Amino acid sequence: MKRRDFLKASVGGAAAVLTGGRVEARPNLEPAPNAVGMLYDAALCVGCKACVSKCKAVNGMAPVIEGDWYSWDSARDLSKDTLNVIKVYRDGEAQVKDRVVNGFAFEKRSCMHCVDPGCISVCPVTALRKDPQTGIVSYHADACIGCRTCMTGCPYNVPQFDYNNPFGEIHKCQMCNQPGVERIDKGQITGCAEACPTGATLFGTRTALLEEARRRMSLKPGESYSYPRGDVRHPDSRYAREAPAYQQHIWGEKEAGGTNVLHISAIPFDKLGMPPLGERSHASISETVQHTIYSYMALPAVVLGGLTYVVRRNMNDDEGDES
Amino acid sequence: MSQHQPLNRRVITPPFLVLGVLFLIAVYYLGVRFVNGMGFVTNLNGGYAWGLWVVYDIVIGTALACGGYALAVVVYVANKGKYHPLLRPALLASLLGYALGGIGAFIDMGRWWQFYNILLPWHMNFNAVMLEVGLCVAAYILVLFIEFSPVVLERFGARNLRQKLNKVLFFFIALGVLLPTMHQSSLGSMLIAMGHKVHPLWQTLYLQPLLAVLTAFTMGFAVVVFEASLSSVGFGRPAETPLLSGLGKAIVGLIAVYLVFRLGEVVVQGKLGLLFAGDLGSLLFLLETALFIYPLVVLLSPAARCNSRLLLWSAVSMLFAGSLYRLNAFLITYNPGPGYSYFPSVPEIMVTVGLVALEVMVFLYVVKRFPVLHREERR
Repeated sequence: MKRRDFLKASVGGAAAVLTGGRVEARPNLEPAPNAVGMLYDAALCVGCKACVSKCKAVNGMAPVIEGDWYSWDSARDLSKDTLNVIKVYRDGEAQVKDRVVNGFAFEKRSCMHCVDPGCISVCPVTALRKDPQTGIVSYHADACIGCRTCMTGCPYNVPQFDYNNPFGEIHKCQMCNQPGVERIDKGQITGCAEACPTGATLFGTRTALLEEARRRMSLKPGESYSYPRGDVRHPDSRYAREAPAYQQHIWGEKEAGGTNVLHISAIPFDKLGMPPLGERSHASISETVQHTIYSYMALPAVVLGGLTYVVRRNMNDDEGDES
Repeated sequence: MSQHQPLNRRVITPPFLVLGVLFLIAVYYLGVRFVNGMGFVTNLNGGYAWGLWVVYDIVIGTALACGGYALAVVVYVANKGKYHPLLRPALLASLLGYALGGIGAFIDMGRWWQFYNILLPWHMNFNAVMLEVGLCVAAYILVLFIEFSPVVLERFGARNLRQKLNKVLFFFIALGVLLPTMHQSSLGSMLIAMGHKVHPLWQTLYLQPLLAVLTAFTMGFAVVVFEASLSSVGFGRPAETPLLSGLGKAIVGLIAVYLVFRLGEVVVQGKLGLLFAGDLGSLLFLLETALFIYPLVVLLSPAARCNSRLLLWSAVSMLFAGSLYRLNAFLITYNPGPGYSYFPSVPEIMVTVGLVALEVMVFLYVVKRFPVLHREERR
């Protein structure tokens, strides 16, 4: 091969990388057939943090204490001791709930159990895995090398590394189904959904939760609705309450390929600190680029072949002119 | 008779001792890191999983170590044998720079005692850009060592082994061009999955691998020009300006291609408004672009390409440009969301400083005791 041909081939390869990527793009992944998840209704949440405390009881984690305040868990964000946290939105005098100006609102932060999870896509050693049936995203410390790419690849900053431990690991919500807990396998529901007194956190299949969310979207503000608690498919109990003015937006129906944990709210999600996400998952774009360049290692093999030929010829030209 | 020879000067000099002290400070903090945990040394947190160690030691450090890569392409692919005298010191700097990257990856690895999992096929995730980076960087460190080994064999007079190695060296040189192309582009691809956390001016999605490999190449050339000019000043050796000026021409072409894609993406994706937003992102973008344009403008003139002072300034500008591009994308404008901030702690900075000091110490020792630098020619 002449050098000119080689350069041409290289440019052609680069062009294939840049354009071919869009032709055979990997689409977003689809929800697991029996995906389970949760529906968090920010308008129902009263900020009692019963879910936080129940989560810690189920998962054996210590409360976060701030100053002399021992009455409740003061966790402000997710950490190795907090897999589930209630955060607050506050504006001005924070007088009225679910109002943007001079109002306040609550928001739950925990693993969204993405349909097309960034953490799984970026983990080099398959330490994060998705259950093919339930869609639960689990973590496996025996595989993990602690590179923390999952933390950079999660749009919600969910995976948390235990930095203050020389043998730390990643901590994230595994939907109360990790070995030793296995609540879902045993037919129970997640700790947070079980503890929630207002049904703000509901457990169920993604399909049933999506139906419930759509029903709430169609409610007129002030209309009475019978809200379930516990498992949306067979609630522990129900209570009647006036519907708030819901935002017509089910977070997690489409965001970055969708999530199994869905959120609805009476104020816009950007106020609640949700990230600006489109419908296409960045995992799918990243994998499209990667698999276009490294499809069957064909491009690298061709380039290596060309390089080997050219280098060998040029080294022979330099005979006697030793390196 | 070899055309290279050791400098044969004293190794233990006052600057060498200062570097040694810096390295010992790093050793102390590394002790704390491995005994108590990373949190006692770094300012890493739940939003900023990667700090100075990843972004400087690996992302920027390996790009600064692309001199061997860039020169191998010039000497062996483009067949410009006259650049040979620059190759050995460039290879040494690359080997040390990549070794620093490898050490950086290891100390930053939260579960380092399981690092070998990345080598076990049943653990590998072929969708992960990080897998490609990890395996490819590890392989390239070995290849760099093989590429550099003629120097070691020559030093110890192992003529037989050297001849055997020479017969297969062409394959390792070819690998030494392929592997950096692969993982330097992947370092860019890593930004894709970070999605919205990467500032829109740096989140170029499909262009990430191309921009990363182009900047790695530019930085490779810049570092060769920089090291050659500096060693002629520092060791009082005759300047290599005629050789370097040729590289200047290649640099002009590379930067031009880079800027077409970089600025073209901003225009095509309708992000021009962000350039004039007057915020930190826009200012850093303009500064970064200016640092790329300065060497382009200077080196366009053939007279400037033969001026060693202007060459050195251009090289410095390019090194800052390429480093800032990566620093901006991965750290400064990286925004994981509300509630998180990061600035490296003093111990974190001292670890990086100490490791760079070690790199410089080894470089000085090797050029003084091994046949790395080209025999001085009377021109």
